Amino acid sequence: MAAVTGPIVRDGVAHAPSRVVRALILGAIGLLFAIPFVAMVEFTLRKGLAGGHDFSRWIALFQGGLTGPYRQVLVAVGNSVGLAVGTVLIVLLLLVPAMLLVHIRFPRLRRVLEFVCILPISIPAIVLVVGLGPVYSVLSRIAGSGVWTLSLAYGIIVLPYAYRAIQANLDAVDVRTLSEAARTLGAGWGSVLLRVLLPNLRRGLLAGAFIAVAVVLGEFTIASLLSRVNLQTALVVVSKADPYTAVILSLLSLILAFLLLLLIGRLGAERTRSPRHRPIGGRP
Amino acid sequence: MTRTTNNTSTATDVSPSAPPKLHGAVVEFSGVTKNFGGHRALDGFDLTLHAGEFVALLGPSGSGKTTALRALAGLESTDAGIILVDGVDVSTLPTSRRDMGMVFQAYSLFPHLSAGENVEFGLRMRGVAAAARRRRARDALALVGLDDHSDRFAHQLSGGQQQRVALARALVTEPRVLLLDEPLSALDAKVRVTLREEIRRIQTELGITTLFVTHDQDEALAIADRVAVMRDGRIEQVGTPEDLYSRPASPFIADFVGLSNQLTGVVLNGFAELYGTRLPLLDPSQADGPVLVAVRPEDLELAADGVDGVGGLVTASSFHGSLRRTRVRFADGAEVTVQHGVRVHPAPGDNMRVRFTGAPVSVEAVTNRA
Repeated sequence: MAAVTGPIVRDGVAHAPSRVVRALILGAIGLLFAIPFVAMVEFTLRKGLAGGHDFSRWIALFQGGLTGPYRQVLVAVGNSVGLAVGTVLIVLLLLVPAMLLVHIRFPRLRRVLEFVCILPISIPAIVLVVGLGPVYSVLSRIAGSGVWTLSLAYGIIVLPYAYRAIQANLDAVDVRTLSEAARTLGAGWGSVLLRVLLPNLRRGLLAGAFIAVAVVLGEFTIASLLSRVNLQTALVVVSKADPYTAVILSLLSLILAFLLLLLIGRLGAERTRSPRHRPIGGRP
Repeated sequence: MTRTTNNTSTATDVSPSAPPKLHGAVVEFSGVTKNFGGHRALDGFDLTLHAGEFVALLGPSGSGKTTALRALAGLESTDAGIILVDGVDVSTLPTSRRDMGMVFQAYSLFPHLSAGENVEFGLRMRGVAAAARRRRARDALALVGLDDHSDRFAHQLSGGQQQRVALARALVTEPRVLLLDEPLSALDAKVRVTLREEIRRIQTELGITTLFVTHDQDEALAIADRVAVMRDGRIEQVGTPEDLYSRPASPFIADFVGLSNQLTGVVLNGFAELYGTRLPLLDPSQADGPVLVAVRPEDLELAADGVDGVGGLVTASSFHGSLRRTRVRFADGAEVTVQHGVRVHPAPGDNMRVRFTGAPVSVEAVTNRA
């Protein structure tokens, strides 16, 4: 019996799956993602022991205006967004220059950098916190115990993901030749970075930022154990008092995360751009 | 495109084969040494490029030619020696301040910029006003025949077009020296020939001092005023293409520049004796004794079996359009390549005779060879 997996082969040439097969695959994957969301929505619409569904809990939450016990969630959303921004900045300002430096000037250090960056993925968050605890006690004395300090820890836990995304882009672009070409044309290192390298690494940088935001918005363990408030810890607090509202807030936070990621994705989408000025000759 | 340079050289400095207009800078490498770990890439490298001259650095892989070019561009630091441009030591200047135009082996156009914007890049770095930038970029693209491609991106251009744009980009800033690091090696054969002729035309037109790195001897001989052959980080010989071909300084040069048959013989009283044939020497002062002789394929003649010459068996024969090259193995096992007309069609297995008709281009005493 012929194998039924893999692309269809006709005359020794592999063909893409048919539209029906593609629709089935996409449908199955879509269903996998949709079921938990639908279940969550359904849960928030339940009327309790009486049975039936309505929007009373959604209406009550929005009429209340996220005040009272839920105000903490609003603060937590702000904290998480701030932490996401801080973490992305750490990635862009520390990781990216380090990777470029290693790629261009010290290629022999690439394995070392890769090892260091991948390491956090092999350390459970709970173990990481054990190590971070004493560091944060010192940090609290020096810089206070503001929520922003969490972004330093988050900068570490997003390293493996951000590194992979950026490295894939670095490998696809001849960074060394482009930077050398720019330098021979009179560009200093600042211009090389801003005018040549970053525009060509935009996809990787945005993918890294995308992942960093996703990781930070979903992080609970470190924030909880270091006694900081973020979206996830706030949701846990709310869920103990009112599980229905907690699920509503979870859905809202998912929508927020989705919109954030969509925004980043739009920024990173390939621009079908035209030259900055009129063509300097001939046909368009 | 117009150029303004601070030329200080005289017309007599230019190499004899194709004197261009003199506008370029004089470049001098003096005792330049560069080590990569335990490997010495440049070993007391000395070379002078006269103003407006086109010099090709030719050599096998690892001979140090690209390192020399990169050292001039400032892309590699040097461990010893100095590099002078118009008498000023540039060894410690950063690349961005050396005022060199460079075309790389790999396609190096900035992918996020159009061809026009690529060409404008160097001018933008120099703070040239937008209108002047556009005009000069247009002129530079016109120079390479791509003025109607200014709004195309690298991925919309062929390899040859990309290198032309890279050439325009390198020239638009009116650099003191043009550096070409095997810019044709990624192109197909026909485009290579067209583009190399175009590079030479533009270089002659602008009179810019040019250093061209290549491992392709045909390219080097066809394009350069002078060719410097490198080996193990040093210049083995520098001279006009004609000099290198007809008077190679060593069997290595003879073998590397053009085809040659390396045969053992004896020098006696100013003649080389090979298979019973006495051949005059280019340098009659050569000491008597056993030697390694380099004979060009065109200095051998193929004749039917039974007449003068050394008898041998044809092992292969190849057609090259206007000529044929036939490999003949002598009775002692030595094998030679003979270049001859296409009307003769030797076949493998044929018995033919080979006659020596020209002087050996290189003779080296066997004892000198380690």
